[in-house]
Amino acid sequence: MSNQQRSFFFNVDWLTVLIYLALCTIGVLSIHSAVFDPKNASIVDLDTNYGKQFVFVIVAIVLGIFILLLESRFLSALAPAIYGITTVLLLLVLVVGRNVGGNQAWIPLPGGFRLQPSEFAKFATCLLLARYLSGTNVKVTEIRSFAIAAGIIFFPMILILLQPDAGSTLVFSSLLFVLYREGLSPYFLILEGLFITLFVLTLKLNNLPLIIGSIIVITIAIILLFRRNRKLMMTLLIGAGILITFVLSVQFLYTKVLKHHQKERIDIVLGIESDPHGKGYNVNQSKIAIGSGKLWGKGYMQGTQTKYKFVPEQSTDFIFCTVGEEFGFAGSVVVLGLYLFLVLRIIYIAERQRSPFSRIYAYGVASVIFFHVVINIGMTIGIVPSIGIPLPLISYGGSSLLSFTVMLFILIKLDSNRMGMIYA
Amino acid sequence: MNQYFERRYIIGGIFITLILVLLGRLFYIQIIDDRYALYANKNVIRPFIQYPARGTILDRNGKILVTNALVYDVNVTPKEVKAFDTLAFCKLLGIDKAEFDKRLAKARKYSPNLPSPFEKQLSPQLYASLQERLSEFPGFRSGLHPIRSYPDSIAAQFLGYIGEVNDNIIAKSGGYYHLGDYIGISGVEKAYENVLRGHLGIKNMLVDSRGAQMGSYANGAFDTQVVSGEKLTSSLDLHLQKLGEKLMQHKAGSIVAIEPSSGEILAFVSTPSYDPNLLVGHDRSVNYSKLNDDPYQPFFIRPIQASYPPGSSFKPLSALIAMEEGIITPQTTYNCPGYYIAGNRRIKCFHGEQHGTVNLASAIAESCNGYFDMVFEKLINRLGPKQTDSAFTSWRDNVAKFGLGSKLDLDLPSEGTGLLPKASFYDKMYHKGGWRSSTVISLGIGQGELGATPLQLANIEATIANHGFYYKPHLIKSIGERQVIKSEYTVKNYVGVDPQYFEPVIDGMQAVVERGTAVTSKIPGIIMCGKTGTAQVNGVDNSVFVAFAPRENPKIAIAVVVENGGQGASWAAPIASFMVEKYLRDSITARPSGIDPQRYMNADLMPDISIYIKQQKKQLRRDSIRQARIDSIKKAQATKSATNKNHKPAGTNYLSALKPKDDE
Repeated sequence: MSNQQRSFFFNVDWLTVLIYLALCTIGVLSIHSAVFDPKNASIVDLDTNYGKQFVFVIVAIVLGIFILLLESRFLSALAPAIYGITTVLLLLVLVVGRNVGGNQAWIPLPGGFRLQPSEFAKFATCLLLARYLSGTNVKVTEIRSFAIAAGIIFFPMILILLQPDAGSTLVFSSLLFVLYREGLSPYFLILEGLFITLFVLTLKLNNLPLIIGSIIVITIAIILLFRRNRKLMMTLLIGAGILITFVLSVQFLYTKVLKHHQKERIDIVLGIESDPHGKGYNVNQSKIAIGSGKLWGKGYMQGTQTKYKFVPEQSTDFIFCTVGEEFGFAGSVVVLGLYLFLVLRIIYIAERQRSPFSRIYAYGVASVIFFHVVINIGMTIGIVPSIGIPLPLISYGGSSLLSFTVMLFILIKLDSNRMGMIYA
Repeated sequence: MNQYFERRYIIGGIFITLILVLLGRLFYIQIIDDRYALYANKNVIRPFIQYPARGTILDRNGKILVTNALVYDVNVTPKEVKAFDTLAFCKLLGIDKAEFDKRLAKARKYSPNLPSPFEKQLSPQLYASLQERLSEFPGFRSGLHPIRSYPDSIAAQFLGYIGEVNDNIIAKSGGYYHLGDYIGISGVEKAYENVLRGHLGIKNMLVDSRGAQMGSYANGAFDTQVVSGEKLTSSLDLHLQKLGEKLMQHKAGSIVAIEPSSGEILAFVSTPSYDPNLLVGHDRSVNYSKLNDDPYQPFFIRPIQASYPPGSSFKPLSALIAMEEGIITPQTTYNCPGYYIAGNRRIKCFHGEQHGTVNLASAIAESCNGYFDMVFEKLINRLGPKQTDSAFTSWRDNVAKFGLGSKLDLDLPSEGTGLLPKASFYDKMYHKGGWRSSTVISLGIGQGELGATPLQLANIEATIANHGFYYKPHLIKSIGERQVIKSEYTVKNYVGVDPQYFEPVIDGMQAVVERGTAVTSKIPGIIMCGKTGTAQVNGVDNSVFVAFAPRENPKIAIAVVVENGGQGASWAAPIASFMVEKYLRDSITARPSGIDPQRYMNADLMPDISIYIKQQKKQLRRDSIRQARIDSIKKAQATKSATNKNHKPAGTNYLSALKPKDDE
């Protein structure tokens, strides 16, 4: 039962708030270093990305406090409405959106700011997914429930893909973790892992007979090894069929459907074509920046790669270069450690909820943050294709920062009420 | 809590695993792999090279022989090039569109952001017309560039020239030279390259991704200062050199003048010559190939590369060695019937003149062949007929001490050795024991298988002037502001002849000018001691005169060779006398004999070009026969790598006869 006498901050998970503030601070400092121009030095300048991000952080903290003041019981009920508004915005951006870097992802706002609806779509999707899966008689193991849950996830994905923003689209695939936690067969996770492996192999080897042959040989080998188990045999045969179909469609998509620049980005990461001055320039310069940081880094504001603008988009997608170059491996460990600690903390929070809604939502938040971190940092060190998604709370960008803030603080708010009523 | 509670661990495990994968990769690129740190430095640190000014070369009195002048280049910064009237630009520079594209591509390859040379060393007219319109051609700017400049256009072979470095030099220089740098190719420019070039300055600048400079790297801790090349003070006397070149114009030959008390070379004339200014500037390559194709070979440095039989100018040396060996005394006489009989040969005195009874001094003054044949025969036979070769070898060693047959180690590249055969040479020519004094008798009068460079001839005179020693002849007096003198130039080189034997010889040499063969070249008021000679090469008489002056406290020793000039007295001696007087007196007075420098300056004695062409054809034929023979040998000895290293390409000619055989 909520008690009106209690402080608004009662039961708030201060550890999460602390990590949140630490990451935001690292972000502002890194952006400051990345955009610092010795010729126009000024501590807070609203014309620079650094100055703007500083304002965004203050706005985000105010927004966070505001969320903590809210009555959390309405959140579940509001989920469909929030999802609906986001959908409208996603449709709107396709009409009035401003095209930046090939993606029509921003709605211009007064004052020079821009709104990126896809950032909020992640949060809205987590909410609606939690609301739906926490409903009575809903089980992801049942085909109907699974289809509806998948629909909730796929709908915004399709709209975002139309922009086209492949990076943000892929983020939604991380919600598979949520479905898995709620009972989805582990085969889906295994299948996803196999998909990724085969995706890379298909494009890298460019040898269909070898790959399909290997799938068949390995399947037959496993079937012969466990020939007593008839059920496993069927699963394996179906699995092999799915994998072969997947390989063929990847090949088809890659050669016939993907646009040239998308192919190039994939090629660079897979090392199919190496051209450090052309299309591979960003990733190559990013690796040089991070690699040259050595153990302790070059010192704050001393990174030559970032200071002299060798790394493009260094305050947004490639912000981790500044951390890697100026604080070295030590700095990398700290930042990655903070993120790991954050997502593990969210899992811990999730599992202490009595309300399934809160738990499912928490898993959504953890999955989305984790996906962003792995893809973004993996991209800057060249082990993941460079798909432009921001590093949560650190990358420059108001939409991204505010959307992650809202996601996290709603979780904190839900968690602070964990002893209260179960809203359904 | 529900039934899938334990799946939290699997999800957590996946999170931890993937973060560890990222950290592993970060560990690899940040700690293990050093390449990225190097790349980062390469990205951001750009060395800017500051070119030092090349050292100037002065004459012995501080007058400029070569200095630097500034010329204009057109540089291009490819990134700034925008669409413009290419055709007009090409027309202005006199190039076509294809050439334009080629040069622009080359510049872009070097760097799109930095200026690189597009057209070098514009003529002043072209620069003036281009400068007005340069604003119409975005990306193109004019730049200054230093070149060598020779205010008096003299001493071309002495100074040498510079040229752009080739790939081979760049590779060997260990990073000192870069594409487009200049290096000394010949002459003093080559010999003193290390001193003249100075030290490159390197400024390590930080640049951003567009190549804009962002300040110095590490506050200049790794920079090196640019140091200009050292100034060289040469031993040449500008005025003497100028006179020498004038006297030798329209002639082929050399003048070498040495200061006996120091070994410093006062004049170093080699003709036919060329204006050194031709080898700088815009038309350099055209002029270079023109000069290179000239049949008279202006690049041939006659004072050190040509080798002539010294002829009668060798006689004083013969006399000195004979006296040192105790064969003759100054009083030894000989009755000259106009010839000398050695074995079954009869060697005539010049024009068959009968000298009557001559002693040492008069034999030199009259240039009596008989006397010196007698001396040489006595010398070679003194150990008896069986020991001809050891007596010859001891004579040869004595001659060699005067610097014949080997390099004098002049501070100029490509010096020749002259020719001084060993006993083994005659053993090969005849057979061991198959030759006697009479066989080699012509060596006694400086003919036969003897060859001396004009430098060697002048050095012998300096040795006689010093009564028995010489300082190594050299062209550069001192290096740099501090006037450093190489220590090897202050060492006396003794030739192994007692000083007392020089006076009688010098008496004879004085008589040569006072009343002997060179009497027309007598300088009023100056006692010059000299010796005439006629050096026959391939049927051409080359006029030779060697001398030093004044007799007491000699200031100048000189050797003059005028190819195709007949006897020594006719051309070489008068030219030498003008040089000596000019140096000692700074002016040329009227001569009792009536000779006058103007006549000598105007005279054209260039050997007939047909001599060259005939020789060239002969050489070509000889070369082709030799080549054919080499080829057949090569084929026969397919397994052996039999190549004739001494084979010289066709095109050498009359001059090849002047070049000693072992000249490399």
